Amino acid sequence: MHPADQARLHLTRREFFGRTATGIGTAALAHLLGRDGLQAALPPAVSGFPGFAPKAKRVIYLFMNGGPTHVDIFDWKPKLKEMHGQPVPASAISGKRFSTMTGAAGGKLMLAPVEPFKQHGASGAWVSALMPHTAAIADQLCFIKSMHTDAVNHAPAISFLLSGAQLPGRPSLGAWLSYGLGSETENLPAFVVMTSVSKGTSCGQIFYDFYWGSGFLPSRHQGVKFRGSREPVLYLSDPAGVERAMKRDMLDDLAKLNTQKLHDFGDPEIATRIAQYEMSFRMQSSVPELADFSNEPASVLESYGPDVREAGTFAHNCLMARRLIERGSRCVQLMHAGWDQHGSITTELYTQCKDTDRASAALVMDLKQRGLLDDTLVIWGGEFGRTPFIQGNIKDRPKWGRDHHPYAFTIWMAGGGVKPGLTYGASDDLGMDAVVDKVHVHDFQATLLHLMGIDHKRLTYRFQGRDFRLTDVFGEVVKGVLA
Amino acid sequence: MIAAPALLRAAPAPVDFGRDILPILSDNCFHCHGPDEKARKAKLRLDTREGALRLKDPVVIPGKSAQSELVKRITTTDADDQMPPPDSKRKLTPAQIALLKRWVDEGVVWGKHWAFAPLKRPAVTPAGNPVDALVAAMLAREGLKFSPEADARTLLRRATLTLTGLPPAPEEMAAWLADTSPQAWEKQVNRLLASRAYGERMAWDWMEASRYADSNGYQGDDERTMWPWRDWVVKAFNRNLPWDEFTVWQLAGDLLPNATDEQKLATAFLRNHPINGEGGRIPEENRVDYVFDMTETAGTVWLGLTLNCCRCHDHKFDPLTNRDYYSLTAFFNQTPLTGEGRQGQMPPVLRVPPADEVQRRTKVDRSLTEKRQALTTAHAASAQRRPAWEEKFLAEAAVDEWRPLRPQNARAEHSTLSVQPDGSLLNSGENPDKDNYEVTVVPGAGRWTGLRLDALRHPTMTNGKLARSGSGNFLLTTLRVELNGQSLPMTAVAATSEQGTLKLAGVADDGPATGWAVAEGNALDRDHAAVLRFNTPLETTPDTKLTIRLKHESEQKRHHLGHFRLSLTRSASPRLVPTDPALLTALRNANAQRTEDQLKAVAAAWEKVDPALTPLRNEITELEKRRKEIGEAGPKVMIMQDRDKPRTTFILNLGLYNKPGEEVSAALPGFLATLPPEAPRNRLGLAQWIISPGNPLTARVTVNRFWQMLFGAGPVKSPEDFGVQSEFPVHSELLDWLAVEFRDSGWDVKRTLRLILTSRTWKQSSRVTPALLARDPSNTLLARGPRFRLPSWMIRDQALAASGLLRPMDGGGPVNPWQPDGVWEETTFGKKKYARSKGDDLHRRSLYTFWRRIVGPTMFFDTGSRLVCSVKPLRTNTPLQALATANDITYIEAARSLALMTADKPDAAARVDAMMLRVLGRPARAEESAVLLAGMERHRQRFAASPDRAVKFLGEGEAVPPAPERTPELAAWAMTALTVLNMDETLNLE
Repeated sequence: MHPADQARLHLTRREFFGRTATGIGTAALAHLLGRDGLQAALPPAVSGFPGFAPKAKRVIYLFMNGGPTHVDIFDWKPKLKEMHGQPVPASAISGKRFSTMTGAAGGKLMLAPVEPFKQHGASGAWVSALMPHTAAIADQLCFIKSMHTDAVNHAPAISFLLSGAQLPGRPSLGAWLSYGLGSETENLPAFVVMTSVSKGTSCGQIFYDFYWGSGFLPSRHQGVKFRGSREPVLYLSDPAGVERAMKRDMLDDLAKLNTQKLHDFGDPEIATRIAQYEMSFRMQSSVPELADFSNEPASVLESYGPDVREAGTFAHNCLMARRLIERGSRCVQLMHAGWDQHGSITTELYTQCKDTDRASAALVMDLKQRGLLDDTLVIWGGEFGRTPFIQGNIKDRPKWGRDHHPYAFTIWMAGGGVKPGLTYGASDDLGMDAVVDKVHVHDFQATLLHLMGIDHKRLTYRFQGRDFRLTDVFGEVVKGVLA
Repeated sequence: MIAAPALLRAAPAPVDFGRDILPILSDNCFHCHGPDEKARKAKLRLDTREGALRLKDPVVIPGKSAQSELVKRITTTDADDQMPPPDSKRKLTPAQIALLKRWVDEGVVWGKHWAFAPLKRPAVTPAGNPVDALVAAMLAREGLKFSPEADARTLLRRATLTLTGLPPAPEEMAAWLADTSPQAWEKQVNRLLASRAYGERMAWDWMEASRYADSNGYQGDDERTMWPWRDWVVKAFNRNLPWDEFTVWQLAGDLLPNATDEQKLATAFLRNHPINGEGGRIPEENRVDYVFDMTETAGTVWLGLTLNCCRCHDHKFDPLTNRDYYSLTAFFNQTPLTGEGRQGQMPPVLRVPPADEVQRRTKVDRSLTEKRQALTTAHAASAQRRPAWEEKFLAEAAVDEWRPLRPQNARAEHSTLSVQPDGSLLNSGENPDKDNYEVTVVPGAGRWTGLRLDALRHPTMTNGKLARSGSGNFLLTTLRVELNGQSLPMTAVAATSEQGTLKLAGVADDGPATGWAVAEGNALDRDHAAVLRFNTPLETTPDTKLTIRLKHESEQKRHHLGHFRLSLTRSASPRLVPTDPALLTALRNANAQRTEDQLKAVAAAWEKVDPALTPLRNEITELEKRRKEIGEAGPKVMIMQDRDKPRTTFILNLGLYNKPGEEVSAALPGFLATLPPEAPRNRLGLAQWIISPGNPLTARVTVNRFWQMLFGAGPVKSPEDFGVQSEFPVHSELLDWLAVEFRDSGWDVKRTLRLILTSRTWKQSSRVTPALLARDPSNTLLARGPRFRLPSWMIRDQALAASGLLRPMDGGGPVNPWQPDGVWEETTFGKKKYARSKGDDLHRRSLYTFWRRIVGPTMFFDTGSRLVCSVKPLRTNTPLQALATANDITYIEAARSLALMTADKPDAAARVDAMMLRVLGRPARAEESAVLLAGMERHRQRFAASPDRAVKFLGEGEAVPPAPERTPELAAWAMTALTVLNMDETLNLE
């Protein structure tokens, strides 16, 4: 956005509060700020979006941290099975860079998928036996099997996928959505992040907060991380011994004192301050209500699996995600760590699939049954794939592993404007390179914004003299996946 | 982007290229017609005069806008010809088109972007504070006037928070109100500038600029100890180290002639970058990232340039090229760092001795001297006891000999074991993974007490080491001596070396799991020996035959002994180290016949073992150990250093470490300057240029940040970018005047701040009328004083100070104040545990809070991430911040403490006033008092209804009132104090 527009919006807000301060009384102010109104919308920071009718109004991103092994889960390669134990063809790896754990890939042996694949549903999508629940809903999903990225290590690759740049400091996807589309609620943040980690994983990637940072966008757009244990939001509980009524009294007093100040001083920021304290008060009720599953039907809880009752698990977070978007959050990003199977394809991969398969599928079906899937986009995927060849010793099955692989990987999307029951794009016979209908990370981002009604070239922010956008200067909308 | 100043301008002034034209061209044209050669269309460049006025296919004809192609293209409606092209989504406003036309008609006067133009002192009316003269002139042009001066109380609070980050103490406020002298204000400003808290306040912003943290960031997030540098920054501000020295030391202190430790310490600024220890990272890629980070941080902090665009291509707007960027990195590309590793004290480092090191060392040295003297004195008495020892020693030495065994027979299960002429055994032939030996000996008659095994090197072993294994090491799992098929129990005595858990004792049991090996590395370059004692001495006749078995049954392949010898002894106490033959000879001589050396050797040998001297000797050993520890104690700070052999720097294609292009050498960006020929081509040369009068940027960029600190925003709103895309500052003359004044004053920071703080401009009230608000919402023109939200760290420090909880700290390692449980643990999967500080360390200034880079302190909002350089304050109003100041235990403790401190007031109204005075520096207004008193009464009634709530509210945390005082009354007052701590005025600088 042009700085002049930025200033004008700022001005509008100030004028609004300025008028409020001088013209309308405190009661009206309180009403306008939505103290009593439920789900009052918070306007976007920038006008003009959505620029066309959006297919999706909100997004749930199931981010699989660590790089899920596409060739073991979704990308069925019979050739890989044939070539099991044979050296990787030199032509397949020439000019490629791998992580230093692999170094030069020459001579590495090909590794067959560890479990059988079958075709599922009317769409005939190939899914491994590792993912039975996902397989069962294959007709709801749109698989993209030709994803590829530029980065080969976790932090840069995740940053690239979520912010369009490998180094930290750019706004993340959710921050852009909050900035461009605003929120549908004043009781909860527009952009929420929750993290979980696979049980018994030996390799835990750290979740850096720049994965959901607002970069140079105003920091109110940054993802608010709900914690997996204790209070979902820091400092949410009133101090020991203080009951709600006392806090209400205190905030009423504060509002009176601050309104006096506003009348005396005229700084419109004072009105913002009053609003800020009021929203904090509302969050103190809305967040615990959000995390209280007692009204969920037993059948719904059952569908997510037993972990759903345990705070901090992926299943629990999936249900939280549905409840968040029901209550007006714009973007919910679940980050689940433990997909980094350098030496645990035959062990930890199984737990990892078990931890995520059922709840992911349940979330899609839960949304569908509530009629929410039509305008909610669900995305499942990680920052890259894993090598079709082995990391480790082929004779030592318990320690088989695969290294990071940026040249081809698979994600799936469901709902909000995406063609269900579609398999889009393909990698080559070995799962080595994306070859058919290749989808680069920036293309994926452009598509996601498109589904939300945003032209990715138009959602920009002026910083350091340049108009920045999520897709940098690249990206094409992948028309083939649009419903 | 120039809309605001243009609107504000009453009369049309002549077109100014830098202010009016360049921003339009830059914004709308440079993308395709700018400095980036690769992106340039139609071979037209509009960023240089030559380019715009080219003769071939001319686009601009001076004085003739109607005939100029440029004007035609920006005014046409034909989509094919229109500029900027419709699909670029850029569009000129009618005002901009008019300006461009006027510019052409006025003769295409070219100029430089204002910030790159040489710094000149603008003319100022000589009367009064020049800051006011410049602002007054602007206000007059705009038809505005200064606001009245803020009231005295507001002023002192404003100045105290601005300069120290703390609220004024009630007695300071009283002293200021009572001072009627004409210099009263200046005295206050000087007092604040001289306070210790001033340096701490100034240091915070510098920590954000320098991306300071107490850990590395990224996976592992290992701790580092850079805090001595942080303490140095505090001190440097306090002693008003001139900004030029402050600059040179931090960029190149190590390269100064005869650099002091302090100057070297200053260079830690550059080493504050994150360190990526993620497994699988390529070290060179890390190293290149660190060099980029140093370059870009220096570029932002001192030059206000956004260099990072130029990693991949020429700058789209500024005349900065890709080559310029890499030429700058060449200055920082010379450290010995490899990019490998993840430890937080990665060399080059500087050990910073603790402040009391000299005293401690002197004390230990004194004790050492005393004890050594005492030992010398004690030797006289010791000598009298020596003859008895000599006699005993000689008697023992007579049998203290190892008799090498000459095996009768030796064989290995798989390989060959042959007896050598000297009796040793050598392994050869097949080299299986595991092998066991059997050796037969006839030692002759005797009463044997111990067995010795010498493991010897041999040229036929791996690298001439001890065995034919991969490393040359052996692993002996069993050593057994058998007499008539019976194994003789033995106990390990000593070995020359033992590798970890592979101890000699392991050979005395039978299992393959334990055994003896020697350490890796250098230890394999020498012979080794081991001694075992027979549990019962072994009696032999002349023909007793012994079988000695040596087994190598571990998982380690080919770790069998390569060359070894076996010996027996009759000594009463079998020892590894034999008696020194020279000493033995000396002892065998009668005292009188001993040479000088022999006498000394004998005396020394005795003194070493004389039991009467043991306590004294132990004390000396202990003191020597302590002395060594003193010399190693203290944090190690990562600093800068250049390699002896310079590293070649290349342009990296797209910034990729492994895509080097053309070679470049260290140089300044060409459009700014070139280094003088005599200047060193290293960081020192760069630093010296930065502070030279030829650099137009540093003084401007620095005073802009000072202004930002004082007013909430600088004349240039983008402190990180002074380039062509930055907004033209309305107060450009003010900025330039201050910059020149700052530079010519000898880069005197305190003087510059004083100049602004004593100005009428800064002292204005920040009260705003609707008309002025509508006219100038962000106070660009400065017709009122500053009002903006305090940074969150200052809000915390203010609460601690106002409530009397703040504990001063004279620097040192970071502290861990209150933070909700489990935040570090959750982020790091339990690997990092937050060990909350206790007592005083809960209530230090925020500056001293431990900064874990991957999960920063939770109590701060809107701070720099400490991942990269950050010079622009963020001010947001997230509800999370309101939750923190209303619920965080730190604020609860402060509120309680504030309630307790004011308990001695005669009545409730006085108590409210006392609270307000401590927090806001003023008593409550009548209407505020009414709200707070009524609120207090409501709280009191609620707490009285459930007194256990009062007890809980007052009892949580560490700073708690004694149990009898945990009354509903005090609890209610604490709620009132919490209300005051959360008032908008409290959270703002006003």
